[in-house]
Amino acid sequence: MSRFSIFSLARNAMSWHQNWPSQWRSPEPKPEYDVVIIGAGGHGLATAYYLAKEHGITNVAVIEKGWLGGGNTGRNTTIVRSNYLWDESGLFYENAMKLWENLSQELNYNVMFSQRGVMNLAHNLGDVRESVRRVNANNLNGIDAEWLNAEQVKEFCPIINISKNSRYPVLGATLQRRGGTARHDAVAWGYARGADAMGVDVIQNCEVQGLMVEGGVIKGVRTSRGEIKAKKVAMACAGHTSVVADMAGIRLPIESHPLQALVSEPMKPVIDCVVMSNAVHVYVSQSDKGELVMGAGIDPYVGYSQRGSLHVIENQLAAAMELFPLFSRTRLMRSWGGIVDTCPDASPIVGKTPVKNLYVNAGWGTGGFKATPGSGFCYAHTIAKDEPHPLNAPFSIDRFITGALVDEHGAAGVAH
Amino acid sequence: MLYIKCPWCGERDETEYHYGGEAHIARPENPDELTDAEWAEYVFMRTNTKGVHRERWVHSDGCRRWFNVARNTVTNEIVAVYKAGEKLELPAAEAVKAEAETKKAPAKKPAKKPATVKKAAVDKKEGA
Repeated sequence: MSRFSIFSLARNAMSWHQNWPSQWRSPEPKPEYDVVIIGAGGHGLATAYYLAKEHGITNVAVIEKGWLGGGNTGRNTTIVRSNYLWDESGLFYENAMKLWENLSQELNYNVMFSQRGVMNLAHNLGDVRESVRRVNANNLNGIDAEWLNAEQVKEFCPIINISKNSRYPVLGATLQRRGGTARHDAVAWGYARGADAMGVDVIQNCEVQGLMVEGGVIKGVRTSRGEIKAKKVAMACAGHTSVVADMAGIRLPIESHPLQALVSEPMKPVIDCVVMSNAVHVYVSQSDKGELVMGAGIDPYVGYSQRGSLHVIENQLAAAMELFPLFSRTRLMRSWGGIVDTCPDASPIVGKTPVKNLYVNAGWGTGGFKATPGSGFCYAHTIAKDEPHPLNAPFSIDRFITGALVDEHGAAGVAH
Repeated sequence: MLYIKCPWCGERDETEYHYGGEAHIARPENPDELTDAEWAEYVFMRTNTKGVHRERWVHSDGCRRWFNVARNTVTNEIVAVYKAGEKLELPAAEAVKAEAETKKAPAKKPAKKPATVKKAAVDKKEGA
C-alpha cells in the first residue's frame, strides 16, 4: 500500500494524477477463510481491519451483495456523537469517539472528521428534564456535554429561530463540542484500503444465499459466487440481518424500516454545527460541498424498499422550516432512503448467536454510522476471542430474555 | 405514500392510518407458565419478513377500526386486506420468491396465485 503524504501528492501531481494505484484489490473468493464477514459497509470493513490489526487474523473475506459502502454507510447523515444516557452505551460510543479522533491518522486516509459540535434541541419541559439528566450522566462518564439555554443556542447557531411563538419553541439544547460529522464514504474506503493492505479480501457483487450450519456449528456460506467455507462467520448486514439470520434459523428482535434523508442544492456556509431535534424530527448539517444534509424520521412500517413515504419528508421539512426560516427558498437536490434495523430498546446487538462461531452485529437502527470504529473494534474482539469485549458485553441477544435492556430511545436521536 | 383500502371506508391515504406491527401474534394463554425465553419470543422476536408481510393497521383518522394487511415489504404492493379475526393463507413462500425474481429479471410472469382469506374461526394459537 502506498502511503498518502504531501510528497506522494506532489509526486503524482507531476504525472497529472494518472498513476495512483488502486486502493484495494478485487480478488476472487478463496475456497476457505478463517473468518467471513457478511457485509462490506463501514462496520464490516472496520471489523476486518481490527481483526487483522489487533488480533493478527488476516485470512479474512468481507463479502458484499452490492458494492463497497453502498448500503447505509453511503446513505446516512454522517453525524458522530457519543452523548448517550446509560453507562453501557455511553462508554461504548465514547470508545468509538476516541477512535474517530485519531482515525484519519490511523488509516492514513482523510475521513474528514470535523468536530464542529452537535446540538440536541429541547422543545418542551419533558425534553429539558431528559436533556439535563443526560448532560449530567455524560459528565459522570467523562463524556463532554453541556446544557445551553435558548439564548446560548442562538449564540452557538445564529441562524436558528428561538422565537417563543413557534409551535414547538426551542427551550435549550445539549451540546457535545467533540461531536460532528465525517465523510461517510471515506470511512468505508479507508477501512477497506487498510484491511486490504493487511491481506483481507474484499469481495463485491457476492450475495450470500445460504448459511451452512452442521450440528449447530457454522461451516461457511453459500454465495452467488459459490460456496465459501469458513471457521467463523460474522454478520454485519444492517437492514438485511433478519433475512441472513433466518438462513441459520435464528430469530431476532429486529424490524427493518425505511429511513429517509435528503440534501439541498449547494450553498455558501450558513450552519457550522450539527443541529438535531428529536421532538420535531429533523437533523441538519452542511457538507463541505455546501449542501444542507437533512435527515427524517423512520417510516412506521416494516420495509425493505429503500424508499419511504413523502409525508415523512413533509414533516421533516416543516420542522426544518420552523427552526431555520431562511431555508425556505432553498431547493432540494435529491432524497433517498436506507433500511435501518431497529431494536425494541434502540440499542444494538453485538455478540454471539445460538449457532457456534456465527456472530451478529446489528440493530443499530438510525445511529450506526457514529459507532463504526467502535463497533468494528469490539466486534473483532468478539470474533477473535469468541467472547464479547467488556464494552459490547451488555449488547448481547440474551438481554431480551434476561430483561437487561439498554433503553436509549431518548438519546437515539431519531425515534424508533 | 401508501394507499390502503380500509375494509369499511375504502381506499385512503396512509396518513389516516397507524401501523400496528406484525399480525397474528397471540398473547400467550398461560403467562404464569412461560419461561423468560418464551416471553422474549412473544414480546420481542419478529419475523421482519422480506416479501409478503402480514401486519395490523388501524384507521385512526377514520372508522378507528383495526384490520390486517398483507403487504410486500420490498415493493410496497398490498396483496390483501382482511378483517381482524380472519386468517390469510398466503401462497407458498417459494411462489412469492419466484415471483419477486421474475419481476427483477423481465421474464414471463407466472399466473399470480390469489391469496385466500379463511373466514373460519381463527386458530387459537394465532391471534387476530
